[in-house]
Amino acid sequence: MSAVLPTPMAATIVPRVGLLSLKSWGAVALALVVVAGIVPILNLAVPAGSTFHASDYAVQLVAKIMCYAICALAMDLIWGYTGILSLGHGVFFALGGYAMGMYLMRQIGSDGQYRLPMPDFMVFLNWKEFPWHWAVSDSFIAQMLLVVLVPGLLAFVFGYFAFRSRIKGVYFSIITQAMTYAAMLLFFRNETGFGGNNGFTDFKRILGTPIATPSMRMLLFVITGCTLIGFFLLARWLVNSKFGRVLQAIRDAETRVMFTGYDPLRYKLAIWVISAVMCGIAGALYVPQVGIINPGEMSPAASIEIAIWAAVGGRGTLIGPIVGAFFVNGAKSWFTQAFPEFWLYFLGALFIAVTIFLPQGIIGLLRRKKEGT
Amino acid sequence: MTPDLMKAGAQIKAEHERKVAASAGQSGGRQASYSRVVTGELDVTHGAILYLDDITVSFDGFKALNALSLSISAGEMRCIIGPNGAGKTTMMDVITGKTRPDLGKAYFGSTIDLLRMRENEIASIGIGRKFQKPTVFEQLSVFENLELALKADRGVRSSMFFRLNGEQLDRIGAMLTLIHLKDSAQRTAGLLSHGQKQWLEIGMLLMQDPKLLLLDEPVAGMTDEETERTAELFLSLEGNHSLVVVEHDMKFIGELTQNGKNGKKVTVLHEGSVLAEGLLSEVQANEKVVEVYLGR
Repeated sequence: MSAVLPTPMAATIVPRVGLLSLKSWGAVALALVVVAGIVPILNLAVPAGSTFHASDYAVQLVAKIMCYAICALAMDLIWGYTGILSLGHGVFFALGGYAMGMYLMRQIGSDGQYRLPMPDFMVFLNWKEFPWHWAVSDSFIAQMLLVVLVPGLLAFVFGYFAFRSRIKGVYFSIITQAMTYAAMLLFFRNETGFGGNNGFTDFKRILGTPIATPSMRMLLFVITGCTLIGFFLLARWLVNSKFGRVLQAIRDAETRVMFTGYDPLRYKLAIWVISAVMCGIAGALYVPQVGIINPGEMSPAASIEIAIWAAVGGRGTLIGPIVGAFFVNGAKSWFTQAFPEFWLYFLGALFIAVTIFLPQGIIGLLRRKKEGT
Repeated sequence: MTPDLMKAGAQIKAEHERKVAASAGQSGGRQASYSRVVTGELDVTHGAILYLDDITVSFDGFKALNALSLSISAGEMRCIIGPNGAGKTTMMDVITGKTRPDLGKAYFGSTIDLLRMRENEIASIGIGRKFQKPTVFEQLSVFENLELALKADRGVRSSMFFRLNGEQLDRIGAMLTLIHLKDSAQRTAGLLSHGQKQWLEIGMLLMQDPKLLLLDEPVAGMTDEETERTAELFLSLEGNHSLVVVEHDMKFIGELTQNGKNGKKVTVLHEGSVLAEGLLSEVQANEKVVEVYLGR
């Protein structure tokens, strides 16, 4: 018997982890209870005078930040795990928002300023009929499909050509900036049919129900919270699968991935499109709650902010970008009230400080503290 | 059928068999297939697993490869030596699809045209490459490195739903033992020593179950003991796999070819083409080779 028999695998060699540890599942369940149970009760049932009352302002702020957190999570998948820094994710967010906004504009019906069935900006431009891309805008289901399809398709086409040409690193980041900037210029124009400078606002109804009521606001809040948690679990599943490990391998040594027989183009394209669609959905949730969408969301600065949230929270950790989105935007809403002029300086300083002192972000800092080193 | 015709037929058949036997040469008596070409299937019935003909690559007028022709037989182990800039790495780049030659042909087996394929396709049909500088996935564990390299469907969807089965787990376990990394299975690959990374990369290549292995300076940075073990490993692979080893370390080449005693051929490259080919002792005695490389 000279043949070496393969030794049975000891448990130490393969620690097969589930999707989440028991503790983390508990945290997810808790988050779900808070979002779908506690906050609605505190906001709707607890009277406004009570110290436990969650104000409409707070609810709206948290809802907005949860939309941002979805973007940060999407950014983490493409940047933190795959090593591709996109500085154009704002465009996907805005496209999802515009698709939702078109539906909401149609829901206004004849209640606009001009009391006409067309949206106000079209009346103002003296348009007699809807342009072609508004064809399905009165159907909720069709527009919800567009929320997914438009960002997904743009990401697919853009990503296919960029990744096929093997554009990497800073060059890729720069062309994503150019992409979002070009889209912004296009949407600024009145002829494009997206309300130009002012975008869409003054929404009245969604699915025939008034949009500005407390219960509708709460419903949107709960949907946003559940979507965020759902996307977190999806992202967790993705990065825990072999697919996720290939992404990390692409980040660390792309040529080795190729010479191992994987086609990096497909993998990058898959995660790029998933990430873009997540941003689009975040945008669609954002618009009815904030009540406005305009080309400002496509400005290069808006996209850079998404990257900052991910970096501040901690890249490559999934929970980090969510923490980062809450931390930076929480700071922003406090700062812009207390010292409005200094917010941008603070943001810049924060980014520099994080890059130099906390390359792993807030989560990295907490982990180091925990390990006691 | 008359006896005459039968006799004539037998003569023709005998003549044909004699010709086949005479021309068997490197194919080891296997007959060339005249059946339909199966696309994507490696056909080594003509003997050669890798066939380069007249390959020329120039970078800004500098000819990195100059009409290079080379043929590697199925199951052969070939060592390639040459001074810096002789075109060894460029040759590997051409074979693996990283660089496209200006001229020439490159075939894997007799039917697969390598110049029409992309890197990942070339890797999936069975050509594994080890880089000069060990390249492993530094942030992943040793186990995960091997898992990614394991021969399996490379598609996106199947990766998402991939689960290791018992047999694959055993293969990884056996590989961990073979490359002496069993105790480091859960260590991050980036924390391994240089020699261990080299071994891990070789392990990753073997997990792909390649038919042809291209090894670019596989023992660079290894200790003497590790080098010796590597030589043993390569010699044990030969037969099932074909190997092309590019190396500077003459001691290692000596070990692989047992100083020419096991009949392994050595090819010397110089200025982008083959300068000499033969047993190590013959090559070392070659005037031209001594002049450009070994002597001074």
